[in-house]
Amino acid sequence: MDKSSNAYTFIFAIIMVIVVGSVLAFASISLKDRQNANVKQEKMQNILYTVGVDSIEQNGELVPLTRPLAEANFKKYITNQIALNNKGEVIAEGDKAFNVDLAKELGKDDNEQKFPLYEAEVDGEKYYIIPLRGTGLWDAIWGYISLKDDVNTVKGVVFDHKGETTGLGGEITKAWFQERFADEKIFDSSGNLVGVSVVKGYGGGNNKDDNAVDAISGATITGDGVTKMISKRLKYYLPYFKQQTDMKVAVK
Amino acid sequence: MAQENNNTQMSEKEAKKKEMILFLSSSEEKESFLSKQNLKLLSDPLNDDNPITVQVLGICSALAITVQLQAAVVMSLAVMVVMAFSNMIISLMRNLIPSRIRIIVQLVVVAALVILVDQVLKAFLYDLSKQLSVFVGLIITNCIVMGRLEAFALGNGIYKSFLDGIGNAAGYGLILVIVAFFRELLGSGKLWGFEVLGHKGATLADSTGLYALGYENNGLMLLAPMALIIVGVVIWVQRSRNRKLIEEA
Repeated sequence: MDKSSNAYTFIFAIIMVIVVGSVLAFASISLKDRQNANVKQEKMQNILYTVGVDSIEQNGELVPLTRPLAEANFKKYITNQIALNNKGEVIAEGDKAFNVDLAKELGKDDNEQKFPLYEAEVDGEKYYIIPLRGTGLWDAIWGYISLKDDVNTVKGVVFDHKGETTGLGGEITKAWFQERFADEKIFDSSGNLVGVSVVKGYGGGNNKDDNAVDAISGATITGDGVTKMISKRLKYYLPYFKQQTDMKVAVK
Repeated sequence: MAQENNNTQMSEKEAKKKEMILFLSSSEEKESFLSKQNLKLLSDPLNDDNPITVQVLGICSALAITVQLQAAVVMSLAVMVVMAFSNMIISLMRNLIPSRIRIIVQLVVVAALVILVDQVLKAFLYDLSKQLSVFVGLIITNCIVMGRLEAFALGNGIYKSFLDGIGNAAGYGLILVIVAFFRELLGSGKLWGFEVLGHKGATLADSTGLYALGYENNGLMLLAPMALIIVGVVIWVQRSRNRKLIEEA
C-alpha cells in the first residue's frame, strides 16, 4: 500500500488511536481499585499527621506512620466523622462524611455544599480537623488543618498540591513550612475569624498571636492561595462551632 | 590419491565459506554492541552535541526544575527512561509511520508512555508516583524527547536509537545538575536538602555557619531568570573550552 496515500494515513491513525486508547483504558480500569485504596490511605495518613500522630508504637517500638498503617490508626484516633451544611447542621456521618469529595463540593453553591469535619482524640486531647481546598498558582491545592478544643489554636496542618512548581510552591508539602502553622491562632484579638496568613517578608519571628507565618521565597501566589484557602474554608464551619455550647469557643 | 583429492576439495569449500563470511560482514558492517560509533552516541550529547547548551532544546524544563538538586536528578532519570523507550518504539515503527502525521504519532507515543508509567506507579508505588507526578506534564512537553524522535529515531535502528535516548537524556541531566547545584546552594544554602552553609535562625545569634557572619541567601537564584543566566554561563564556559564549538568570525 502506498504510504503517502490518504487512505494509509487514515488507517494508520485509526489503528493507532484504537490501540493506544484501549491500552490506556485497560490500565486505568484495572488499576483503579488499587489507586483509590492508596488515595484513601493517604487521606487518613494526612488527617492523622495534622494531630501529631506521625509515629506509632508497634510491638513496643516507635515506627513511622506509613500509609498501610493509616487505616487501623485512623479508627483508633478519629472519634467522629461528620459532614455539615452551611447552617452548621449535621447532614451525614461516618463513611459518608469521609467520602465527601471536596473537589466536587467546591463547584456547588454554598447552600448545597457538604462540609466534612473530623474529631480526634489523642492522649486525652480533643482536636477538630477541617479539610481545605483551594487554588495555587497552577492548579488545585488542598490540605487539612487541625484545631485544638478552643477552636482557635492550630495544632497542625498538612498541605498538598497538584501542580505547583517543585522547589517553590511545591515546598508547601514540606514539614519545615507546615511546622510554622503550629500554635498559630485563627481568630484575631477582637474575635474575628481571619485564619492564618502566609506573609511575604514576615518579621514576626516566633510570634504565634499575629495570625501570620513567613512565606516561601519565590512562591508568592501559592502562599496567597494557602492564605485564602484557610480563611475561606474555616468560615463555613463558624455556624457549627457557635452552636456547640459545650465547646470553649473563642467566637464573639 | 583419492584422499588427497578429498582434502583439497575440503579446503576449497572452507575457503569459499570464509569468503562468504567476509562478504557478509563487509556488506552488513556488523558492529559490536559497544563499538566506537555507538559509544559516540552516548558521549557526544554530554559535550559536543549537548541537547541544552548546543542544540538548545529542553530549556523550559531546565528553568522550572532546577531549584533543587534532588528534583533535577529525579527529572533527569525520568526523562532518560521515557527517551530510551519512546526512541525505541518510534524506531521500531519508523518504516510504518506516514510522514505527514509523524509528529502526531510521536506525541501520542510519548504521552501514552508517560501516562501508562504514571498509572502503574500510582497503583503499585504510590509514594514514588507522588514525587514524580509534577514531572509528568514536563516530560510530555519536553522538546528534547520530540526533537530526538524526529532527528534520530525516525532514521536509525532500535539499538542506536536506544543509545541516543540515553545519551541525550544524560547530557540534559548533566546541565540540569550543574544549574541546580548553583541555584540550590546560593538560593537556599542547601544541597540535596542539607543545610551545607549552616542554619539560618530567626536572629543572627540563632544562626550557625556562614549565616552567623551575616551571610544571606540570594532569593533571585530561586527565580527562573537566574536559571537562564546560569545556563548562559555554562554555554559560555563550554564554548570557550571546546574548539569544535567556536564559530568562525
